[in-house]
Amino acid sequence: MQLLQLLISGVAQGCIYGLIALGFVLIYKATETVSFAQGDLMMVGAFGGLAAMTLLGFPFWLSVPAAIIGMALFGVLLERIVIRPILGQPAFSIVMLTIGVGYVLRGVITMIPNIGTDTHTLPVPYAGEVLRLGALVISAEQIVVIGVTALLCGGLFAMFRYSKLGIAMQASSQNQLAAYYMGIPVKRLNGLVWGLAAGVAAIAGLLLAPITFVHANMGFIGLKAFPAAVVGGFTSLPGAIVGGLIIGVVEALSGFYLPEGFKDIAPYIVVLLMLVLKPNGLFGEKLRKKV
Amino acid sequence: MNDVLLSAKNLSVRFGGVLAVNDVSFDVKRGEVFTLIGPNGAGKTTVFNLISRIYTPTTGTIDYAGPEGMLRLTDQAPHRIASLGIARTFQNIELFEHATVLQNLLIGRHTHRRTGLLSELFFTAKTRAAEIEAREKVEQVIELLDLQHHRESMVAGLPYGVRKVVELARALCTEPKLLLLDEPSSGLNVEETDDMAFWITDIKDELGITVLMVEHDMGLVSKVSDRVLAMSQGQQLATGTPTEVQADPGVIEAYLGSVDDVSSLRRENHKVNA
Amino acid sequence: MRFLFKTDYDQDIRLAKHGGHVFWYSLLGLFLLSAPFTVDEYWLSQMTFVLIYAIVGLGLMLLAGFTGLFSLGHAAFLGVGAYTQAIMVNAGLPFPLALACAGLLSAAVGMVVGLPALRVKGIYLGMATLAFGFIVEEGMARWEQMTGGNAGLMVQYPKLFGMELDTTGEFYALCLVICVAATLGIVNLMRSSTGRAFVAIRDSEISAQSMGIHLARYKTLSFALSAFLAGIGGALYAHKIQFLSPDQFGIIQSIDLLLMVVIGGLGSIHGAFLGAIFLIVMPQLISLGKDFLPAAIGQAAGLQGTVYGLVLIAFVLFEPMGLYGRWLKVRTWFQLFPFYRKGMFKRQKSFQKSDRLK
Repeated sequence: MQLLQLLISGVAQGCIYGLIALGFVLIYKATETVSFAQGDLMMVGAFGGLAAMTLLGFPFWLSVPAAIIGMALFGVLLERIVIRPILGQPAFSIVMLTIGVGYVLRGVITMIPNIGTDTHTLPVPYAGEVLRLGALVISAEQIVVIGVTALLCGGLFAMFRYSKLGIAMQASSQNQLAAYYMGIPVKRLNGLVWGLAAGVAAIAGLLLAPITFVHANMGFIGLKAFPAAVVGGFTSLPGAIVGGLIIGVVEALSGFYLPEGFKDIAPYIVVLLMLVLKPNGLFGEKLRKKV
Repeated sequence: MNDVLLSAKNLSVRFGGVLAVNDVSFDVKRGEVFTLIGPNGAGKTTVFNLISRIYTPTTGTIDYAGPEGMLRLTDQAPHRIASLGIARTFQNIELFEHATVLQNLLIGRHTHRRTGLLSELFFTAKTRAAEIEAREKVEQVIELLDLQHHRESMVAGLPYGVRKVVELARALCTEPKLLLLDEPSSGLNVEETDDMAFWITDIKDELGITVLMVEHDMGLVSKVSDRVLAMSQGQQLATGTPTEVQADPGVIEAYLGSVDDVSSLRRENHKVNA
Repeated sequence: MRFLFKTDYDQDIRLAKHGGHVFWYSLLGLFLLSAPFTVDEYWLSQMTFVLIYAIVGLGLMLLAGFTGLFSLGHAAFLGVGAYTQAIMVNAGLPFPLALACAGLLSAAVGMVVGLPALRVKGIYLGMATLAFGFIVEEGMARWEQMTGGNAGLMVQYPKLFGMELDTTGEFYALCLVICVAATLGIVNLMRSSTGRAFVAIRDSEISAQSMGIHLARYKTLSFALSAFLAGIGGALYAHKIQFLSPDQFGIIQSIDLLLMVVIGGLGSIHGAFLGAIFLIVMPQLISLGKDFLPAAIGQAAGLQGTVYGLVLIAFVLFEPMGLYGRWLKVRTWFQLFPFYRKGMFKRQKSFQKSDRLK
C-alpha cells in the first residue's frame, strides 16, 4: 500500500517534470536550442495566475486561461526579441542566453515589492481536498495534475496528428528548409512553438503551485526536468512525458527506501545510467552528420 | 614491393533496409589514379567512408599494404587510418572553420608529431624544433597549391574554391601514400578544374602518391585517371580504362537510360537537324 | 597601421609577436609585481580573487572554449580541489603536497566526468556534467566526517618554506606565481600539437579523426587538464575564503564560471582573465550603482541577478565574441582606420542539422 501511495505521488511529480521537459523538447525540435529558462517561465506562469486572482480579482476559472495565454504571448515575444537574432550561434552561447533570461525573470519577480522572496499561496478551489480509496489517500492536487497532464497530452497529440498547424510544426522540425519552400512560415511557427512551450510551462506552474507554493525559486525544479528530457530522448515529445514519469517515480521511491540525500541525486544517477546504456534516450534518434 | 596498395573484396554495407554498397570489389595499384564514377546515390562516397572507417562493412574486407605488409583495414580504429598513410577529402568540406588555413594544415601534420604533453607544456627546445619542422613541411604544400596569400585567413570567410584547395592541402600535409579525393572538382569553375587536374597529375607524378577519386566531371576523369570503376545503386558495373568504361553498355544505361532511349533520342536529334 | 611582415618561423611561434606585445606585457608584469606595495589591501584581495578565478577560467576555457565540450558542473572540480586542500592542510601535510593532490584528485574526477564525453555530444554531455556536478555536491555535503558537511569546514593559512602566508600581500604573491605558471602552460599547449588537436575536435570531430587525432584520448586529456586547473584554483580558493561549505560549489557557482568564460570571450586565453575581472568587478559596480537608482530597484534583493542576466543576454546578443572580441574589434578599428569594414568579424552561422533556415 505504501508502494502504491509512493507511486501516485511519484507519478504526480513526474507529470510536472514531464510538462517542463515537454517544453524543452518542443523548443529543441523547432529551434535546436536548449532553453534553461523553462523552469523560470513556469514560475512566472504561477505568479501570473496568482496576480490574476489577487490583483485583478479574476475568479479561478478565468485566471488559469488568462495566465496560460499571457505566458504563451510572452513566449512568442521572447522568441522574437531574444532568440531569433541568435540562431546559428554555437549551442553553448544560446544556452547561456537562456540562463540569462532565467536570471532576469527570477530577479525581476524578486524585485516586485509585494513578492520579494516570500512564499505565496495560490487559492485554488480544490485545495486540501482528498480522495480516500481504502487505505490510499490521494490529494485533489495530485489528481488534478495527473488528469490535466493526460488531457494536455491528448490534446497535443491530436493537434500534431490532425491539425494543419501541428503537421506544419512537425514538418518544420524535421527539415526547416524544405518546409520553408513548401510555403510554411517557419519563423512564425518557431515563435508559436516558443509560445506553446511557455504556455505548457505556465500550466505546469499552476498545477505545481498548490503543492509547493508560489515563490521565486520555484524554477529550480526545472533542473530536474532535464534528466526527464534526457531519459526520454531530447527529440521525442512522448519521450519527455515518459521520462518525467520515470524520474518522478524514481525520486519518490528513493526518497523512501534509500538513505537521506539520495532523493535529490537519484534523477542524476538515472541520467548517467541512461547515457551509458542508451545515449540517445529511450525514444531519441541518433543524429549523425553525413559526410 | 607489392603492386597492389588497396584491395577491396566483396564489400557490402547495409543501413537498415538499404543496401548502400552491394558486393563491390576492386584493386588500387601503387602510383595510379583510380576513379569511382556513377550517378548520385551509387554508393561511391559510402565506399570512401568504408575505407576511412567511418562505417563498418556488413560483409567483405579491405586490405591495405601497410608498413609491415598487407593488413586488414577493417580491423583498424578510425584514427589509425591517417598514420597508415591514408588521407581523404570530404564531399561537403569538413575543415576546421574557426581556425586559420595555416592551423588547418598544421593539424594535418598531427600523425607526425614526436612531442609529448610535458614537453609541449614547457615548450622545450624539442617542441620548438618540431614546430619549425612542421611549418617547413606545410610551407612546401602551400607552395605547391598556391595558398600563400590565404595563410593567415580564417577558413570560415574563404570562398568555396579556395576551401576545396585547403582541404586538398590539409590531406597532403599528412604525407599520405593513398589519397582519397571525394569529388575534387564539384563547385569549381573551368579554370579551377583545370588547376585541379594539374595538381592531381603532379601529386601522382612528383609526389608518388596513389590517388583514389570520386568524380562526376568526365573531362577531368578522362584527363587524369588510369583506371575507372563505374557504380550504380551500390553495385559495380564495369572496371577498366576510362575509354573502356565509358563505352560499356551497362554504364551508358545507368547514366543515359537504355539503348532504346538513346536511339530514340538520336532519331529526335536527326529530325531537328533535318 | 601595423603590418606584421614575417620572415621567420619563430615570429609565428614565439609568444610576443612584436615589440608592442613586449612593451605592454612588461608594463602589466611590473604593475602586478608592485601591487602588494602600491595597491591598498581591499583591492589587492580582489585582485587575488581575480587570479584564482582566472586559473579556473583557463581550465574551463580549455575545455569549453578550445575543445568545445560542454561542462555545466565545473564547480564540482573546484569543490574537490578546495576540500582536498583543506583536509590535507588541516591534517598538517605540507602545502605543496596538498596543492598537488588537490589538482591531481580533481583531474582524476575530471577524467571520470569525461567518460560520457566519449559517447555523447552537445546537450547530452552538458546534462551528464550537470548530473555529476549535483552528485559531487551532494557527496561533499553527506560525507560529513571528512568535509564537515553542511556545517562547514575551517581552513588554515598556507605554510610555505617554513613561514605562514597570512598577509594579503604574501598570499597574492603565491597566487600570482601559480597563475602565471598556469597561463604559460596553457599558452604553450595551445601553440603546439595538442592545442591544435583540441581545436580540431571542437570544429569537426570526423575530420579530426581522419587526421589521426585519437578522440577519446584528447577529450579525456582536456577534461583532466581542465579539472586539474580547477582543482588548483579550488585549493587557493579554500585558503582565501578560509571557510568552506558545500553550497559554495553548486549550480550557481558552475553558472558563474560559465558566465565568466562566455562574457570574457569563448576561445581566447585573454577571455579567461577578462571574464574573471568581470566576475569580481560586477558586484562592486552594482553596489556602487545601487545608490543612484530609485530605492524600489536599488535596494531590492533581485537586483544582482537581474543585472547579471541582462548583461549575459546583452553579450550573447550583441557581442558573442565576448569582452576580448570587443577589444579585438576596437583595436582593429584603430589599426586599420579608416579602412575598417563592418563585416570583418562576421561569424558564420552553424547548425547541427544542415537544413536549417539561415
